[in-house]
Amino acid sequence: MTIKRKALALISGGLDSMLAVKVIQEQGVTVEGVNFYTGFCVEGHTHAIRKKDKDKQKRNNALWVAERLGIKLNIVDISEEYKDVVLNPKHGYGANLNPCLDCKIFMVDKANAMLNKARELADDQGFDFLITGEVIGQRPKSQRKETMPIIARESGADDRLVRPLCAKLLPPTLPEREGWIDREQLHNFSGRNRKPQIALANAMGLSDYAQPAGGCCFLTDESYSRKLADLWQAQGRKDYELDDIILLKLGRHIRPAPNYKLIIAREDGENNYLQGYRQRFGFIQCLSHGGPVVLVDGEPSPQDLELAARIAARFTQGKQQPQVLMEVTAKNGVATQQQVQPLTPEQIPEHWYIK
Amino acid sequence: MVKQSTDETLLDARGLLCPMPVIKTQTKLQGLNPGDRLRILATDPGVLHDIPAWCRVNGHQHLSSEELNGEIVILVAAGQP
Repeated sequence: MTIKRKALALISGGLDSMLAVKVIQEQGVTVEGVNFYTGFCVEGHTHAIRKKDKDKQKRNNALWVAERLGIKLNIVDISEEYKDVVLNPKHGYGANLNPCLDCKIFMVDKANAMLNKARELADDQGFDFLITGEVIGQRPKSQRKETMPIIARESGADDRLVRPLCAKLLPPTLPEREGWIDREQLHNFSGRNRKPQIALANAMGLSDYAQPAGGCCFLTDESYSRKLADLWQAQGRKDYELDDIILLKLGRHIRPAPNYKLIIAREDGENNYLQGYRQRFGFIQCLSHGGPVVLVDGEPSPQDLELAARIAARFTQGKQQPQVLMEVTAKNGVATQQQVQPLTPEQIPEHWYIK
Repeated sequence: MVKQSTDETLLDARGLLCPMPVIKTQTKLQGLNPGDRLRILATDPGVLHDIPAWCRVNGHQHLSSEELNGEIVILVAAGQP
């Protein structure tokens, strides 16, 4: 009797991993998916928070892909362990603070550990090999001909790692050599041109897929990376908490001095969300006029808080008044009210904005 | 709040953003027996879409979703492992 083979696929929610699964499914292999949550994922947070994005789909793309493909999906929180990848990438960063090669190795390694664990249990729930949607030449940092064997080797997955979209350009893997899958039915895609993937998606009837602009990770975003670099510089060390990296995704960030910065909500959704952080940060609100929620991060002096109140006042509805009433609550919970003169836009130097 | 029955477990995922409520739901359900119910409290509207989708994908049953004053209550029943 033929043994029914089973594969575990890394699912990002994008087109490539969806196609990679479909290609393997069409060979009669059962596939399950795993999606890793790093804390830097683009979807989710921002769409859920910002009112202006309310009309956008709030779906989790990985789940949506799993449903389209009819596969089970395990979503795994790796945000804590992932810190080491972001803070100390052995293979360095890409154009921004994106440690893409270390990230891919880490994720394949995690998936490989799941495969090995399942194999140890030695029941029919085990997986025989791993699948990724990698394409040679697709990404300048991680998806290159030279990086493919590095990922396979350093993750420990070795030749149990199959890249169905570019497998024909790589040496045959164990599943191909053993005849679990037919190499001839795999693909030879390479380069940044997406046309072969789009054609394959159409041929497979998968024309409706997610196309996240700029990828699915905030670390590839220039502005986000600048905010993260600013955080590290202000702290005097490279480190972060999950809340820190979520807050970098929203609000205006203004740093008037190295020892503190303001995070100013830009709209109602952000107001609501930032409210939830008022116990952990300094907090400024306008009592005389409508205005945004403002958090103060860092260790400001009383004089700094006065300036912070004047900056915050600039973003209230009373910005053109000679005086507005602001309440400043320090991190220790002590609140003071003060009449302040809002700064004018010209009084806020451009370089205070972290963007 | 609705009174919990004895086979109902509560998950407070308020203040968490997706996909964390989904991940917490997944972890809680792993410890439950088929048919046991899990009541999830959340504030991220993304859960209204994601938790039912996660249930469909992984063979659990989404029983209901209610939203009141920004607070969301979702009831699911654990499926077969």
